[in-house]
Amino acid sequence: MAQLKASLRPATAPPPEPIPVTLTVNGVERTLHLAPWTTLLDALRLHLDLTGTKKGCDHGQCGACTVLVDGRRINSCLTLAAMQDGRKVTTIEGLTTGDALHPLQEAFIEHDAFQCGYCTPGQICSAAGLIAEGKASTDDEIRELMSGNLCRCGAYPNIVAAIRQAMAAVATKAEGAP
Amino acid sequence: MIAIPSIPGFLREPNGPIGKPVNRVDGRKKVTGDAHYAAEFTLPDLAHGCIVSSAIARGRITRIDTAAALALPGVIHIFTHENRPSLAWFDRKWKDDDAPKGSPFRPLYDAEIHHALQPVALVIAESFELARYAARLVHIEYEVAPHQTNLRANRANTFTPGKDKGGFQPPPKPRGNPEQAFLDSPVQVDVEFTQAAEYHNPMEMHATTVLHHDDGTLTVHDKTQGAQNCHTYVCNVFGLPKSAVRVMSPFVGGAFGSGLRPQHQLFMAMLAATQLKRSVRVELSRPQMFSFGHRPETIQRVALGADRDGTLRALIHEAVQESSRNENYVEIVVNWSGQQYTCDNVRLDYKLSRLDVHTPQDQRAPGAATGVPALEIAMDELACKLGMDPVELRLKNYAETDPNTGNPFSSKELRACFQHGAERFGWAKRTPAPRSMREGRELIGWGMAAGVWDAMQGQAAAKAVLGVDGKLVVSSATADIGTGTYTVMTQIAADVLGLPIEEVTFCLGDSSLPTAPIEGGSWTVSTVGSAVKAVCDRVRSQLVTLAGKLDNSPLKGVAEADVLFADGHLIVRNDRSRRLSITDVMRGSGTLSIEEEARALPYLLARARHTFATHSAVFVEVRVDEDLGTIRVARVVSAIAAGRIINPKTARSQIQGAVVWGIGMGLEEEAFTDHRLGRVMNHDYAEYHVPVNADVPEIDVLFVEEHDDMVNALGAKGVGEIGIVGVPAAIANAIHHATGVRVRDFPITLDKVLAGLR
Ligand code: FES
Ligand code: FES
Repeated sequence: MAQLKASLRPATAPPPEPIPVTLTVNGVERTLHLAPWTTLLDALRLHLDLTGTKKGCDHGQCGACTVLVDGRRINSCLTLAAMQDGRKVTTIEGLTTGDALHPLQEAFIEHDAFQCGYCTPGQICSAAGLIAEGKASTDDEIRELMSGNLCRCGAYPNIVAAIRQAMAAVATKAEGAP
Repeated sequence: MIAIPSIPGFLREPNGPIGKPVNRVDGRKKVTGDAHYAAEFTLPDLAHGCIVSSAIARGRITRIDTAAALALPGVIHIFTHENRPSLAWFDRKWKDDDAPKGSPFRPLYDAEIHHALQPVALVIAESFELARYAARLVHIEYEVAPHQTNLRANRANTFTPGKDKGGFQPPPKPRGNPEQAFLDSPVQVDVEFTQAAEYHNPMEMHATTVLHHDDGTLTVHDKTQGAQNCHTYVCNVFGLPKSAVRVMSPFVGGAFGSGLRPQHQLFMAMLAATQLKRSVRVELSRPQMFSFGHRPETIQRVALGADRDGTLRALIHEAVQESSRNENYVEIVVNWSGQQYTCDNVRLDYKLSRLDVHTPQDQRAPGAATGVPALEIAMDELACKLGMDPVELRLKNYAETDPNTGNPFSSKELRACFQHGAERFGWAKRTPAPRSMREGRELIGWGMAAGVWDAMQGQAAAKAVLGVDGKLVVSSATADIGTGTYTVMTQIAADVLGLPIEEVTFCLGDSSLPTAPIEGGSWTVSTVGSAVKAVCDRVRSQLVTLAGKLDNSPLKGVAEADVLFADGHLIVRNDRSRRLSITDVMRGSGTLSIEEEARALPYLLARARHTFATHSAVFVEVRVDEDLGTIRVARVVSAIAAGRIINPKTARSQIQGAVVWGIGMGLEEEAFTDHRLGRVMNHDYAEYHVPVNADVPEIDVLFVEEHDDMVNALGAKGVGEIGIVGVPAAIANAIHHATGVRVRDFPITLDKVLAGLR
């Protein structure tokens, strides 16, 4: 039988030394000492114990890790924490104000827009980003612009309904504002 | 008709929570990030594991060189077959509650490679990144042996399995003379179907965190549909006393069957934790989610013979599925074809072909999602040949009793599903000819199919503790994989004892709780729900007894049957002014808490004499771009008959989710194996397509009234599976209606449609 030799033997380099990284996470400034190969996702989950942000693929293919960085939604597995040094990060834990839920969180519960709940923090953060972008006004636009967030449980119709409701709530609030 | 005992009053209180669209009781946790999954528990001594997967599909390891990886500071240990400790010897110790006949896969057992991506080493390091980096430095040499992964090339190389797995029934014996009846039939359909292997791919990747406590005991947070199943497995495999291990799975990020058996990350994390005596987490990568069970690839033949009026004369359904070399994975694929329609001449046949793959694994509606669509597409083809409406054809051959057994159904409102589903969809406006409906460049197709799934019940126990404060805690070692178990069990308990939902807590996902079987097959409401009802009934009886004994009790001498439980009170049924609150009864009688445990069994006698099943009728509109062949599901109506619906909100979500799975099966999901290498090439979320938001339209779910007092004390049949069953066929039938192109190979991708359009 043929011998299969691993042809690509990766070069051995020593693991990188930690560097300081400062992030403002949910309003609190945190300085971490992280090996530079640490993703923002792992920094949140493993170093800050903010496990609300989920890992579904680690390759930017599912959206479970979506957080807001300076108000924009990004896949936190696709960026190194060090690349976000000095930025403001909002995770699902940061959307509640005291005991009060964010309108999206309320709408997700009301519309049963999740089942296992694993994609949910990413869906909600992504929806918050979507509303801030102001690009979606129809259901089809919501569907299209939320398609980076997989839901294997298939809660999509309810996710659309929840976002529609929260979007209206946010708009009403904005109109009411002085 | 068999009389089923039931407590009068139960389920008759119009204001009870059963049947109400209650929001998920765990919803707040899930939307705030406060629900913790298997990889989200930790202790200060936590080490991280990364699995190295085999680069070949079959052969043996000739050399493992771990020196470069071990040289990295922070790498703690590397486990391989060469240095693993000795573990359980007998197959029986490696078996789990969902294991089919055969010899279960043992990770790191020896140098042999049986399937692609087989785990071959486990690197343990101080950090996740380091473990992953070091795993790349483990150098492995193999001796490659020839492999067989191609079912189509091995379709003749089969055997007929026996009753090789719990819940599996081999096909019934043939009835009549199907071959001759088929030949004699004036109208015939004889077609072959193929369906790709599908991987469960729950959003949460399989993970296990073993917390090693100072006293040597272990808390194992595992992604599983059965905490007790995994508990037994790890105790057997590692020779540990049951009291030294507790398996927890309070939140499971989807599973769909992937968590029915202990998967290898559990073994790996346990191996490292027991050997290194510290806490360990092992999380699979998304590509490694393609390294274990899957819905097996299947080849089927369906032959239907009919009279010109549509009466079925012959029905032949044959299936060949892949299994592994080491186990006989079986699922019911063809049996339902003998149950759905009346036909005197039927032959059903089911075979397996062994390949060099990991053993397949139950996946949402295992077998039914595969076999029923083949039958339902063939029925559509028959309807086309007859020039008959597809709904009419199904009604023409409607089975009032189960033709496989001759037994009556405990209940079957499939007729109502057809009627209400068709009305809601507007089926009457359909023009029957293919390509007869269009809007601009889009061809519109309306298709339908029926579905069926067994309404099973197992045995389970539950415990209830009612405190003097009126708070009730009910527990059972079942799981909630997104199905809504927490919520519906809370509703059942609250209903029996007339308590507000907020006063009831249901606990699950913990091996130390009262016995419950693995959560799957849509049997949890039936199985665990019955136990919850039983235990709450006992608490209820105790309360009535206590209330009757109180001085000046308004309930003195009142029989239990005459007491209602509502709003936290015991109320005399025909004199509602006579009432006592639960807390008053407890305080008055000096009772600090009432504790009960109960076990519920299926109604075995009724089950022996009836067929128990859920049914569905699915109506789908697709739109196919005539030039590009792109297919879009534009709307879906799914009409479901599943007995009593405990929670229409979560049940609707279950059906919608299953319809999404049906869209995946019909149009998208396909594991591509490169048979030269014997491995799945599209092993990630970018290449293995699952439906995204933009693929999914409005899904209209209808639950038809179905009364069933034989299925269990709740009258509920379960809804986790039935939602997917008819969907792929309805989509295929709609595509045919839109385009005139009949595709019998799932998933139906645009290339297959375009080939027919040209
Ligand atoms: S975990 Fe980041 S996109 Fe999947
Ligand atoms: S709720 Fe389970 S993946 Fe979306």
